[in-house]
Amino acid sequence: MDKCKYDWPAAGDRSLIGKRIKRVDGPAKASGRAKYTYDINRPGLLIGKIYRSPYAHAKITAIDTSEAEKLPGVKTVKVILGVGKETNWVGDEIIALAAISEDIADDAIGKIKVEFEELPHLVLEEDLKQAGDYAKKAGSKTAGDPVKAFSDPDLIVSEGYYGIAAITHCCLESHGNVAEWTGEKLLTYSSTQNVSGLPGQIGQALREQGVDVPDKNIETVCNYIGGGFGSKFSPDEWGIHVAQLAKTTGKPVKLMLDRNMEMEAAGSRPSAYARIKVGAKKDGTLVAWDSHSWGTGGPTGAGMVPLPYVLEIPNRSSAHTSVSTHTGPARAWRAPDHPQAAALSMCALDDLAAKLNMDPIEFFSKNADLSAGRGKVYREELEKAAELIDWKTNWHPRGDKTSGHIKRGLGLSMHTWGGRGHNSLCLVSIHPDGSVETTLGSQDLGTGTRTAIAVVAAETLGLPVKAISVNIGDSKFPASGASGGSTTIGGVSASTRRASVDALDQLFAVVAPILGVPADQLIAVGGKIQAKGDSSKQLSWKEACAKLQVKTIQATGKNPDASKCKLGDSGVGGVQIADVSVDTETGLIKINKMVAAQDCGLIISMKTAESQVYGALIMGITYALFEERIMDQITGRMLNNNMEFYKLAGIGDIGELVVHMMTGPGYDERGTIGLGEPPVISPGAAISNAVANAIGVRVPTIPLTPEKVLAALAKGGVA
Amino acid sequence: MRRKKILREQPPEGFSRRDFLKGASMAVSTGLLAAPEAGAVTPEHSAEVLGPGAVPITLQINGKAHNLNVEPRVTLLDALRNQLDLTGAKKVCDRGVCGACTVIMDGHPVYACNVLAIEAEGHSIETIEGMGTQGELHPVMAAFVEHDAQQCGFCTPGFVVACKAFLDKHPHPTREDVEHGLGGNLCRCGTYAGIREAVLEAAQTLKGGRANG
Repeated sequence: MDKCKYDWPAAGDRSLIGKRIKRVDGPAKASGRAKYTYDINRPGLLIGKIYRSPYAHAKITAIDTSEAEKLPGVKTVKVILGVGKETNWVGDEIIALAAISEDIADDAIGKIKVEFEELPHLVLEEDLKQAGDYAKKAGSKTAGDPVKAFSDPDLIVSEGYYGIAAITHCCLESHGNVAEWTGEKLLTYSSTQNVSGLPGQIGQALREQGVDVPDKNIETVCNYIGGGFGSKFSPDEWGIHVAQLAKTTGKPVKLMLDRNMEMEAAGSRPSAYARIKVGAKKDGTLVAWDSHSWGTGGPTGAGMVPLPYVLEIPNRSSAHTSVSTHTGPARAWRAPDHPQAAALSMCALDDLAAKLNMDPIEFFSKNADLSAGRGKVYREELEKAAELIDWKTNWHPRGDKTSGHIKRGLGLSMHTWGGRGHNSLCLVSIHPDGSVETTLGSQDLGTGTRTAIAVVAAETLGLPVKAISVNIGDSKFPASGASGGSTTIGGVSASTRRASVDALDQLFAVVAPILGVPADQLIAVGGKIQAKGDSSKQLSWKEACAKLQVKTIQATGKNPDASKCKLGDSGVGGVQIADVSVDTETGLIKINKMVAAQDCGLIISMKTAESQVYGALIMGITYALFEERIMDQITGRMLNNNMEFYKLAGIGDIGELVVHMMTGPGYDERGTIGLGEPPVISPGAAISNAVANAIGVRVPTIPLTPEKVLAALAKGGVA
Repeated sequence: MRRKKILREQPPEGFSRRDFLKGASMAVSTGLLAAPEAGAVTPEHSAEVLGPGAVPITLQINGKAHNLNVEPRVTLLDALRNQLDLTGAKKVCDRGVCGACTVIMDGHPVYACNVLAIEAEGHSIETIEGMGTQGELHPVMAAFVEHDAQQCGFCTPGFVVACKAFLDKHPHPTREDVEHGLGGNLCRCGTYAGIREAVLEAAQTLKGGRANG
């Protein structure tokens, strides 16, 4: 079979792909020169601010902005939610304004008077009995015959309650935009995961508000973004307000959310709680599952997370209740629904393994074929992860029986994700002076997108990475999809590969007659164009490009493109194991070590791929131990809408981290598959299981705070 | 020259720094700035009262004098970012928690969101822009790139500055020292594993530089 020319180079022919290449925008970031949306300063820049609802649920009865408007330096005040409208969470936007400085804008916000009629609210959802009409049945699923399966008297059944609290995205760069009109054209600098998709959304919203601007007149720029994690796909209402403020004032306006609004209104991950019953034969074979789950994602509730997770237990039923609350609306949070599904399922399964007196590695290996065709991958990953944490030496049955108040335990979890490449266009330009550009309307969230594009183009053209200029972050560039769902690497690597191959073919066509070699017998390697197997016939890259005289080569590649090879796939598995110590006197948990075994097909850039997994482990440790949106039912407010009480892990909280990427035969030939989401799914469950293994009792809900650890120990365990 | 002390006390609970700094005028004494338990600022008897309007100040930043007009309530961070376009220091928590705005003042790392611009007058201020450039990376920056101690990069400049200040005082750190010494900076993407390695490597590089120079 002929090898498709667009296909990824064979393992032995890769000089850059899969190697540890330094992040190409690393120096810009490390030197503080990278300009984020928040850093944009424009001549005459005004600062926008938003007056937000102080109530979780209220009707606006009066608005007086006159004092604010009179304040020197205030340029415009715009009512968003008028009298008679209702607010549905603390932080809901009511009035936007622009002033000549942030301090004056803050002063003006303080002079706005709004009167409210308070309405009943609900901000807590864990106790379903308190939810009343806010709780609604939201679907159920059944497969096999769970009722019959559970009636088997020989079935070993474990029942429990599990949960994971709502958390926020807490992007370090808060959401926001700078809007600047030049005549009829609007330029936005936006902190966005969706550069190519933003102008259309902004245009539609503005036209709905009576501003007659065609999409073609709107350009969005985002060279660097300070965190998104799924919360920055849309311009948001404040992104439309800022365009309106800029239009009204005729000045560029910057509106970045204050930290408290970022925490309350700019994205949360839905909570999930469940009562779960799961049964297996005495040999550990999983037979039956039954769950009732609930959770909230704000005013519109929350859908069912995939239960049971990863393992399709043959007889299963799951029912879900959605609780609508007066809390900031949920947004996609890195691997939407999966961390919750893992936290519920993998903890329930671990409890069953303990009841069966089975080693969890053996239990999960035995049932791995219940995953959708990924049993072999999971068994390989379980074996690798167990080896890296020295499971054989360090694991003990539930409850550390050694003396003293520090108890140590191991726990594991497994996860899955799709990650097929999104739609992407890439324009590759080879200039007569030998310089090379790749141009895509994509964005680099810190995942290493720029680096991956440069690696693919450089590998294909036989050049060093630094020879490739990567242009991304502008909606005027050829469109690429939003960066979400781990779809970016598959999209941009494929479009860049196809464009690079086609551009190189054009160069080959120019130099073939000069070298006296058929074009299809030329290769680009080591900065040269040469005949296959005959290095006497060669031109340096610069010499070859000089033959273009004044004509730049341009080629566009796209993804998907079935006519030009399958370059990627969907579907990965991963296994993580945590090693923890629990102080049974204080309830404090210390991470000793975490290991991650993860596949993602062909890895383009190993260093940044590993960074994704390290980061996911750390983000996972954070939500396992510290993170929680703490709501107060009396006031309806978030009590920790700041960064001293909304806890993120620090550099001293993470222990030793080991990342193992599954590569080589069986993995590489699948092509590229996304990686951003999957490794963040398992840490909560793995750490919870390690704690249960250490102290001999389940701490039911995540985060695993000292208070909850002590409460669990009071009911049993080894203390 | 007027001597100004840096306010180190945290504002009382439930009372934001910004509200605190919003007193109509600011008292700058020759001794300690009056730090109230709660509520209004009470000028000391001999206090020099500045504001509420903009006042001229001169800041020594990265070895250069900059003349500014700032309201007394303007933080050093806002003055750097909004008036001087020195945007390496980031505004994240805006209340002295996350370290993204770290700059070095008289050799000590400080949260620029917790220092008033007028307080910074008379002090030597070093920002990330003074440490190195994209083309000529400071050894700490180079180590961050080498160990990929960054993802989105928003916390990175604060971390780099904090690392430099840390290594200036602790040229032979252990991993435990690093975890303790850099506990004042937060990252959301999870780059701590790379940062640990980067700091230890930068310590070696800097030691070499010192030995040779």
